[in-house]
Amino acid sequence: MMNPLLTVDGISKTFTVHLRGGQRLPVLSGLSFDVGPGECVVLGGPSGVGKSSVLKMVYGSYGVDDGHIVLRRPAGVLDLATASPRELLAARRDTMGYVSQFLRAVPRVPALDVVAEPLRERGVEVETARVRAGELLDRLGIPERLWALPPATFSGGEQQRVNIARGFIAERPLLLLDEPTASLDARNREVVVELVREKLAAGAGILAIFHDDDVRDALADRVVAISPSRGGAAA
Amino acid sequence: MIGNEEPLLSVTGAGHRYGDRFGCRDVSFELWPGEVLAVVGESGSGKSTLLGMLARRLTTDEGSIRYRRDRELTELSDLTEREVRTLWRSEWGFVHQNPADGLRMHVSAGGNVGEPLMATGWRHYGRIRAKAAEWLERVEIPVDRIDDDPTTFSGGMRQRLQIARNLVVSPRLVFMDEPTSGLDVSVQARLLDLIRSLVADLGLSVVIVTHDLAVARLISHRTLVMKDGAVIESGLTDRVLDDPQAAYTQLLVSSILQG
Amino acid sequence: MSFPVIEYNHAYLDEQTKRVIRRALLKGVAIPGFQVPFASREVPMPRGWGTGGVQVTASVIGDGDVLKVIDQGADDTTNAVSIRQFFEKVAGVATTTSTEDATVIQTRHRIPETPLAEGQIMVYQVPIPEPLRFLEPRETETRRMHALEDYGLIYVKLYEDIAKYGHIATSYAYPVLVNGRYLMDPSPTPSFDNPKLHRSPALHLYGAGREKRIYAVPPYTHVESLGFEDHPFEPQRFTQPCELCGSTGVYMDEVIVDDHGGAIYVCSDTDHCERMAAL
Repeated sequence: MMNPLLTVDGISKTFTVHLRGGQRLPVLSGLSFDVGPGECVVLGGPSGVGKSSVLKMVYGSYGVDDGHIVLRRPAGVLDLATASPRELLAARRDTMGYVSQFLRAVPRVPALDVVAEPLRERGVEVETARVRAGELLDRLGIPERLWALPPATFSGGEQQRVNIARGFIAERPLLLLDEPTASLDARNREVVVELVREKLAAGAGILAIFHDDDVRDALADRVVAISPSRGGAAA
Repeated sequence: MIGNEEPLLSVTGAGHRYGDRFGCRDVSFELWPGEVLAVVGESGSGKSTLLGMLARRLTTDEGSIRYRRDRELTELSDLTEREVRTLWRSEWGFVHQNPADGLRMHVSAGGNVGEPLMATGWRHYGRIRAKAAEWLERVEIPVDRIDDDPTTFSGGMRQRLQIARNLVVSPRLVFMDEPTSGLDVSVQARLLDLIRSLVADLGLSVVIVTHDLAVARLISHRTLVMKDGAVIESGLTDRVLDDPQAAYTQLLVSSILQG
Repeated sequence: MSFPVIEYNHAYLDEQTKRVIRRALLKGVAIPGFQVPFASREVPMPRGWGTGGVQVTASVIGDGDVLKVIDQGADDTTNAVSIRQFFEKVAGVATTTSTEDATVIQTRHRIPETPLAEGQIMVYQVPIPEPLRFLEPRETETRRMHALEDYGLIYVKLYEDIAKYGHIATSYAYPVLVNGRYLMDPSPTPSFDNPKLHRSPALHLYGAGREKRIYAVPPYTHVESLGFEDHPFEPQRFTQPCELCGSTGVYMDEVIVDDHGGAIYVCSDTDHCERMAAL
């Protein structure tokens, strides 16, 4: 068997809330699983159980108290749990993408450039990056007349689709998806499923949270169930 | 670009003393090419002292601040005043909170942007003017205002002019001291967006001091949180803001508006 | 009725003061264009009326010297006449209006049209010695700029001229770079006279009494009037010949001759004009 792209090995996380007298809120303990190339692993479990926290720990937005998150890249093996900020930034640029349902964009940047930015960061020419961005927006049903406008003026669903386009534009070996299809209509959900399948076919590994059973059933190779304040087990 | 093998700036245990009291102390971090570092904290936290020390306006009374010149890290306090001036003319920029501190208010916009070029040996009026016009356009100031004094500009335009004046010589390292805090909210957003895209396009390294966590979130890669002259937390900006560890950082984060 | 007889020291200033000024002058000559601070003394005229020039003249003038004093280009204006008479009285020197005969020429604006010769000393009365002053008001900062040869700012002044007027409109106190090193204000001569400074055989001494600065351009020093590649330095030009003597290529004064704005142009240098008219 090929080496997994991502190995999550016994990770734990507890939040300490100083504003509430140092109250400790355990979220996860001893969670382990792998994501292989071309594999879609879905995190399962009731809402509020810490699924998003797992994605954020992998992406580096949350610290990891214990355990390892090993990312294998052409450049070498990196433990994301202990990586330096600089290593994490490099891994985000080259290796892993993160798509949430919320778009956090700078106010005045046109949608086309918001989507093109991950390519620009990797040194792709402006024009080439914009053409790619346009293709994705088109697939996701964002009409061309909106491309030059800042997404802040868009509806929630449109913003979400801009965000998906931005998350999918760069070729990254690992994609982290946090409910990307929430509140999309059936047609656009279908487009996202297609996009994910294309990534998988190209060999990318996907770690996802889908609130939508149809999407999960269509894409999941495995489901890792997370239960309250405990490690999950592959189902 | 991040990925360069040496840091541009390397700070180790640095501190500045006001009399028998330290304004900031035991500060250590590295800044890589293309990286934006936010220094956040409330007034009196030592963030402005740190900036002053990095920019050589205040002495480094303990520890070390090294800057990569050519290929070597050089101790800044070993540089002569002439060498430091040369750095300011060609490799460093400083964007002040109050544009009047960074501009010549009674020199035209073109003259303000042209001065750093002239200081680095440009002696062709036509080319200086063309470059100044190009930069006015980049910072979204109408080119027909090129001969107007900044006294006739709005606050946002003045700040954009100050940015053009700083970036026209393609510096490597730019210090920014609360660049948006004197402006209206809508003007702030526009300026932040401009700073963000210029920084990315030019591959600048930036140290930006701000009390506004939203500013840090929007434009910085990494954040240092300061309190009582010390760095109490540092790391990736999104980690510092989404998973703050120190009690003070949690308090800061919990007191900002969600956005 | 009798007046008390006051015995002044030679050239009014006491010997110690003159030595102090001479030391500043020597330093100025050694570092062409550099502004040397000196302890400016009181002289019997108000500051701003040439007190710096008077102190310099007093410190260099000796028994064998012949003094010429001009205000604008003229030997016969009040200020010129009274300074000349002052030195006749306190130094007992010979005076002249002839440029060729003078060994020391004190001036407020002009450099004479007659070419200067080796051995002659020009003494300038300087109001504001700092060429960067109008752009940078802080003395600490301008001193640092001189020390570090950080002269981009002076080009801002020239840039602003071109942006406003289409050409460099500065027509007096036009900045020069002396000996390739120090930025200097040849204040307050017209830019017309700037080329006369370049590699001049005479010694040029500048005294700013109110600002307490002395500087100098020694003989045969390179003096470059600054400009841009595409807007080089251009001295003023006058198209009409002098109405009185017919000279061309000299600096002209405009003289209003009637109540209808009618004007004629005459030589600013009265000595030159008289000699040309006599030919």
